[in-house]
Amino acid sequence: MTLSADEAARFAALLEEHQESLVTTWTEHVASTLRGRLSHAELQRQNSELRRGFRQALAGSAQDLAGEPAAELRAQLAELSATRARQGFTATETAVSIFSFKDAVLTTIDAASGGDAIALRDYVAFSSFVDEAALFTFDSYVRVREELIADQAEQLLELSTPVVKLWEGVVAVPLVGTLDSARAQVVMERLLQTLVDTGSPYAIIDITGVPAVDTQVAQHVLKTVVAARLMGADCIISGIRPQIAQTIVALGIEFGDIATKASLADALRYVLAKAGQTKQKRREL
Amino acid sequence: MSEQGQRIEVATDQDVVRVRQLVRTLAVAVKLSLVDQTKLVTAASELARNTLVYGGGGSVEVAPVDNGRRKGIRIVFSDQGPGIADLDLAFTDGYTSGGGLGLGLSGARRLVDEFDIVTAVGEGTTITVTKWCR
Ligand SMILES: Nc1ncnc2c1ncn2[C@@H]1O[C@H](COP(=O)(O)OP(=O)(O)O)[C@@H](O)[C@H]1O
Ligand SMILES: [Mg+2]
Repeated sequence: MTLSADEAARFAALLEEHQESLVTTWTEHVASTLRGRLSHAELQRQNSELRRGFRQALAGSAQDLAGEPAAELRAQLAELSATRARQGFTATETAVSIFSFKDAVLTTIDAASGGDAIALRDYVAFSSFVDEAALFTFDSYVRVREELIADQAEQLLELSTPVVKLWEGVVAVPLVGTLDSARAQVVMERLLQTLVDTGSPYAIIDITGVPAVDTQVAQHVLKTVVAARLMGADCIISGIRPQIAQTIVALGIEFGDIATKASLADALRYVLAKAGQTKQKRREL
Repeated sequence: MSEQGQRIEVATDQDVVRVRQLVRTLAVAVKLSLVDQTKLVTAASELARNTLVYGGGGSVEVAPVDNGRRKGIRIVFSDQGPGIADLDLAFTDGYTSGGGLGLGLSGARRLVDEFDIVTAVGEGTTITVTKWCR
């Protein structure tokens, strides 16, 4: 249901004329649903801005929330959703803050017009406008939450990329999950830093936890190996399960002279044997 | 495509991950062997990334198929991107126009049982692959 130009104009006037009582009633409604988690003054300020936004949209003869006259209002609603999402309010609480504007408006109409027919018809049209606004808030809220979750996942990801010192002179980095470019970058930086910090001559990159090794993953691993080599470390790739080995071969990926082992234990054994040989040689010299 | 087919719009890296997950789930459901699951998921990863990177985004449809004798999975990758002018070149191992390893197209073709490509310059690219249960 869209607002006619008349309805919009009448409502804009109503929102202007009764602005104080509207904002006060509305703030009381919202405050009771949020139970003190936002200060009264803060809510009063938000609602008074939103009232201005609604009025402006209607005064510009907004027929619905989608059009140009309501652009400013949409921005306000999106902003409110983002703030509430960050403050930890639920999507419902956020949408209800807007829905309750209708209650405030109804209370005001009742008091002002004694409920005459035109006022009520206007109200019905206006109320679907507010519904749209509330649903819009709900959607923006969800979008912001998803972004927040993605951010948190990213932080988790960084935490979940440990580079461990496996043995004296041997560091290992277990790769887990999907290795996208951002993640690959983090892994490489961590590994190189650890090589510097520990002065280790050996690094094992373990891919047991990577479900599919495609050319992008392979390219990231190869780059990491090259960078580690530039720092003087020898790299071994471990955790190549049979199905991964067959897939890598069919894809045509070549790891060149990089040592590859089936398990982390194999890789460690290989490194220790190699380190032993080097010591042996040194002794013989 | 069959009724149980599922479609994913590919516009971000995250969508490529979703394609991989969907292919894995359906491949497990039709009981592809672990090796064949891995091969198909990897091929899908390559082709979906090409759809994203070179095709400028597009869609991927994954569906179980049954030819009466065997079950399998069919995947269709389509984009309305620039198309591929020189197919022989694009399928050459190591050829890349974008700093990749240049093994995605050729490698994916080796990883599946059936591979079909329709492409036209300025119109886009559609690749259909099928992997059958052994
Ligand atoms: N969907 C597509 N649309 C246009 N060009 C493509 C598409 N897929 C592949 N290509 C071209 O084929 C080349 C080879 O692709 P691929 O073997 O996957 O290697 P890479 O992704 O490493 O470049 C790409 O560099 C690109 O030029
Ligand atoms: Mg590719």
